[in-house]
Amino acid sequence: MSGPWWATLRRELTLIWRSPADMVQPLFFFMVVVSLFPLGLSPKPELLALVAPGVVWVAALLAVMLSLDGLFRRDQESGALDQMLTAPVVSVLPVSAKLLAHWLLTGLPLALMAPLLGYMMQLPVPALATLTYSVLLGTPTLTVIGAIGAALTVGLNRGGILLALLILPLYVPVLVFGAGVVRAAVDGSPTQGLLAVLGALLALALSLGPLAVAMGLRISAGD
Amino acid sequence: MSSDSLRLTVRQLQCERDERVLFRDLAFQARAGEIWQITGANGAGKTTLLRILVGLHGFYEGQVRWHSPLAPDLLYLGHQPGVREELTARENLRFSAALNNQPGDVDAALDAVDLYGFEDVPAAHLSAGQKRRVALARLWLAPKKVWVLDEPYTAIDQSGVARLDQRIRDAAGNGTLVLYTSHHRVGDDVRRLHLGTEAPA
Repeated sequence: MSGPWWATLRRELTLIWRSPADMVQPLFFFMVVVSLFPLGLSPKPELLALVAPGVVWVAALLAVMLSLDGLFRRDQESGALDQMLTAPVVSVLPVSAKLLAHWLLTGLPLALMAPLLGYMMQLPVPALATLTYSVLLGTPTLTVIGAIGAALTVGLNRGGILLALLILPLYVPVLVFGAGVVRAAVDGSPTQGLLAVLGALLALALSLGPLAVAMGLRISAGD
Repeated sequence: MSSDSLRLTVRQLQCERDERVLFRDLAFQARAGEIWQITGANGAGKTTLLRILVGLHGFYEGQVRWHSPLAPDLLYLGHQPGVREELTARENLRFSAALNNQPGDVDAALDAVDLYGFEDVPAAHLSAGQKRRVALARLWLAPKKVWVLDEPYTAIDQSGVARLDQRIRDAAGNGTLVLYTSHHRVGDDVRRLHLGTEAPA
């Protein structure tokens, strides 16, 4: 395959593969934060099960945010970003390939790790599947929203704080519904409705997000 | 497909940066097959002008128009070579070729810029001049109607300069409009556009 979209996806996966530290860091962060909670709180199973949905979700959210700062930075510094914006293809194409690659190597592993950490946090086994689904549905939304912030702050030297300020408010709905659906599963309430809301957020992010990211990159390039 | 079907018209172009006027009332018309050298002191706005022309910089007054049946078939090489250090020379070139719909023999293009034997070396291990050559190798892939090159001669050695001169003249001969910034003159028939204050008469 040699189309621009495939070429970008292949390039991104190669890039992350060549510097695995970038990929491992958010996963390590996720694991460490969740494992420290039982040590800091108390190892009582009832207490852990009570806070588990929130803890796992907050840690996953921060892990995604941590990985976003560098999403466009090196491409911008090396001039590759200008190449993508001046290429004769709509910039949504390379941008969406970049986002997919980022999610495949951040969000997807987070979703695969989530049930393990949930089990460690004494979540009842039936709720673990719901936890995985919710992280699976929620992390792509987090990636896309975060990428909008990363695109707008790519020209700034220390954009990390501004990035967090920009995107955290937009992360709140995902966190509320993500942790909420896991809590509902723990209580034995129906979860389909809340999962559907997460899916709706994802559909919104996927349909408008890449456009917003491409526009943000253009604005940053214009400075 | 006549060679003069493409034109670039710039009228009353003005650009400010940090409350300083870079250029004002800039006007020129460039046609297919011409070579334009843009000169000016450091900070005169050469890079900004090229970024305006390729649509990367939107904060300007005036008019920039590409008269062409379609959007200009553009090849832009920026101030930074756009080469990622984690990727090899071949991977970098293959990606830009695919991104720009520029088919062509990637290995032959790398040979043409004297990178034979360096195809599989990660760009991190290449010198500044070699990285620039990886970017320049795109000029040896499928032809484009417009080349916009920002300081293409930076860090290139003498034989490379001669070869690049030849390549630019050949492309112009085949109807490519070339705009570049540099203090190096490609040939005698090059049009010059000087930015900044002219020397007092």
